[in-house]
Amino acid sequence: MRSKTTPMAEAVAAIGDGASVMIGGFGVPGTPFCLIEELARQGAKELTIIKNDANEAGMGVDLLLQNRQVARLITSHIGLNANAIRLMNAGEIEVELVSQGILAERIRAGGAGLVGIVTDIGLGTPLAKGKTMLSLAGREAIFEPALTADFALLHAERADDFGNLSYAATARNFNPLMAMAASCSLAETETLVGQGQMIPEAVHTPGVFVDHVMELAELPEVYHVVRR
Amino acid sequence: MSSGAKERMLARAARDIRPGMTVNLGIGLPTGVLGHLDAGLPICLHSENGIAGVGRQLPYAEADRNLIDAGGAYVSPVAGTSYFDSAVSFSIVRRGRLDLTLLGAFEVAMNGDLANWMIPGRFSPGPGGAIELAQKARRVGVITMHTDKSGRPKIVERCTLPLTAAGCVNRIYTDMAVCDITPEGLRLAEIAEGVDPDRLQSATGAPLLMPEGPIPTF
Repeated sequence: MRSKTTPMAEAVAAIGDGASVMIGGFGVPGTPFCLIEELARQGAKELTIIKNDANEAGMGVDLLLQNRQVARLITSHIGLNANAIRLMNAGEIEVELVSQGILAERIRAGGAGLVGIVTDIGLGTPLAKGKTMLSLAGREAIFEPALTADFALLHAERADDFGNLSYAATARNFNPLMAMAASCSLAETETLVGQGQMIPEAVHTPGVFVDHVMELAELPEVYHVVRR
Repeated sequence: MSSGAKERMLARAARDIRPGMTVNLGIGLPTGVLGHLDAGLPICLHSENGIAGVGRQLPYAEADRNLIDAGGAYVSPVAGTSYFDSAVSFSIVRRGRLDLTLLGAFEVAMNGDLANWMIPGRFSPGPGGAIELAQKARRVGVITMHTDKSGRPKIVERCTLPLTAAGCVNRIYTDMAVCDITPEGLRLAEIAEGVDPDRLQSATGAPLLMPEGPIPTF
């Protein structure tokens, strides 16, 4: 099968102004910090970012926020990033807050080629406001549209050059869902191996969902244990 | 609240975690229950970021950079731990596979309504997983100080803040009491040692139904 190894700068250069970008990670584990830094360096603007959380001030997606590259953020929690809260309150970015499992399921639905999901989560809360309500078999429910994106930025522990990926411990989180939901998925990996070097049963994301894969020469400090 | 009263509250909540349960402990006070659980208790702790089988919190020197709980604490695995993606993690929640979740609260009402994720104009970090936990766990316990820093009751007749979920709470653990949400109303189950029932009622924003006979203490 074909090799999808691509230099990071070349792969990220395809992300233009106005693109929608899903970014894996929950806290530090699974966040593709090097891909985010490259996106910050290249500077595409007016981005829609879809990410579970806004990281912490000074790291990860916060670099894009500080650079004013983000027009819209779809997320479940930004409470650990005072900078993101300030930008939201100042009206400088539009923030759509989504219940965490519903965010995951909307992305999964996008990746599964579905139109959306129907759920009772959030009934009677501010999250139901303005949404399409359905009544099915006497049960009230909310229609939540599927989420897809132009690009996904992913972090794998191990990959082969076809793009088969596996993730470490809690670094899996949103990565496999986003790999499926994006039109073009970019995966940075800690270890890159040749085809045949991954155990097929241990592949978490099939390479068919991955368009570009790149090995990190080293893991910068930001990936390591944080002392608070 | 003295640290003694807080620890007593956490220890009391821990006693309702029984062998065989699958449990999610919310961020903040509920995580403190961990310190009161017998290490050998056969339970499965779930965390939203994709683990079933969360072990003890680890100091930095022993931490694995890829293994945190949903609150960001470094944790250890246990024998039998599994990892999964966020869609699977919330399938566990929404399918009703959590026997119990313990959550914090800004306000909890006598009818079981819970508000714990948003204070309009002041605090809107996003819901995280709180709504799904509150709405779908088979049993929801709230752990909170009985009054806020200004002395106002946190147990109220009706929530004034946006709800996390309606009618979801079964039991409330505070530094002063354990109360159950029942069809008849808010029922006092146990009172903290040394707390007077009249003082408890005046610190509570909703009428308390008294148990039959003497009030058990904890």
